[in-house]
Amino acid sequence: MIDRPTSSFTDLLESLGLEPTWSLPDGGGALDVPVATTVLALRFADGVVMVGDRQATEGHLVAHRTIRKVFEADRFSAVAISGTAGIAVDLVRLFQTELEHYEKLEDTRLSLEGKATYLGRMVRQQLPLVFQGLVVVPLFAGYDESDRIGRLYTFDVVGGRYEEHEYGATGSGSRDAKSYLRASFADDLDEDAALDLGVKALVAAAQDDTATGGPDLARGILPNVVMVTERGFEEIDEPRVRDLATAALEAVK
Amino acid sequence: MSMPFYVPPEQLVKDRAEFARKGIARGRSIVAIEYDEGILILAENPSDTLHKISEIYDRVAFAGVGKFNEFESLRVAGTRHADLRGYLYSRADVSAKSLANAFSQTLGNIFTHEVKPYEVEILVAELGVNGDPNHLYRVTYDGTLSDEHSVCAIGGQFEELDAALRGSSFTPRPLADTIRHAAGAFAQVLDRDVDGWEAAVLDAAERRRAFRRLSDETVAAAFS
Repeated sequence: MIDRPTSSFTDLLESLGLEPTWSLPDGGGALDVPVATTVLALRFADGVVMVGDRQATEGHLVAHRTIRKVFEADRFSAVAISGTAGIAVDLVRLFQTELEHYEKLEDTRLSLEGKATYLGRMVRQQLPLVFQGLVVVPLFAGYDESDRIGRLYTFDVVGGRYEEHEYGATGSGSRDAKSYLRASFADDLDEDAALDLGVKALVAAAQDDTATGGPDLARGILPNVVMVTERGFEEIDEPRVRDLATAALEAVK
Repeated sequence: MSMPFYVPPEQLVKDRAEFARKGIARGRSIVAIEYDEGILILAENPSDTLHKISEIYDRVAFAGVGKFNEFESLRVAGTRHADLRGYLYSRADVSAKSLANAFSQTLGNIFTHEVKPYEVEILVAELGVNGDPNHLYRVTYDGTLSDEHSVCAIGGQFEELDAALRGSSFTPRPLADTIRHAAGAFAQVLDRDVDGWEAAVLDAAERRRAFRRLSDETVAAAFS
């Protein structure tokens, strides 16, 4: 067993030489690896809603049709990813373990801002990879247990962390998603309206961005929709997402 | 050159064991007992913040009696062991058995190699998945590992508590009943008032992380 005086799981991995590294040779040229696309989040009266499409692309090809990009970070927060899928998914796993490890060792959860700061640091550590075309940009949202409100944070490739007060999006379709959200967002939406707006914004992104996979009712491919409120993280169940997706597709017909 | 006195190994082990047992006997006991929807762990603990019972992983809990700093360092090592394994392999690959084994190795080594043995006893509880049986392990100061069924007590009076809890036959009951039953066993064995409870459950109804602390109100409500 390992003994080192810290509550960080990443420190533990480093002390054992097991930390994830993806050092690539210089001048190796860009890799063609699956890229995860659009995810978005918005605040509403009770907390935050987060929506992600299911597609990963590799150049002009569809690499995966049902990849998951929105995850439970811990009981009161959710994290979504865009960019190089393989790295992003592992980053999320490390982030989840980090939060849980801290919570168990310290017997208390990190503050929501503390979690966002830590995630920003993790993104910054990936910076050398950005120059080789392997970009990972997360989106982080959760319920602030002390202020009793939902909060959401966006990031840039250098790990800059920005709190957004209305909505945020990242990935190839984020521009279209944000312009839809900008037009329709209102403060203090109720749960139904917020879920509806989130799915509609994703469908809007899928309309114009080829890399974003919209809902595919025939194949049964539905976006991942989650919310975080004072009850904690909740995944919206499939029948409800299907109804939301059907309504959103109906609206753009 | 000075010659060290020869101490026969039997004497060495006996002295160390006696020392460790004395320390543990001063500590307050802890019991783990199955109920109809999980495992209850109940400890006598006057402190609200210095916990003796903790979460290790999704379905694995830890409890320690004896010297706080010693079982705390084992708890931290156990959490690292579990999180590391779950991260490097899969969450399903973390088991109480491997943890109990690691505790047993660590305590065994400390008992024979260190100046002073740890004055602790450890309990590792695991809730079975999909109808698999639950596992309860007791690890003592010298690294002795034992595997218990349905009921497991640690601490100075573990044998008496174990007997009081099992009675003539054991069947899992609802949680409130089980809390009363376990508290009754403490009352019977201790023969004095209990100085505050610490209680936690591994709840089979939980989706992933089954560990949950029970508030003082929940424990008090079981008695009303």
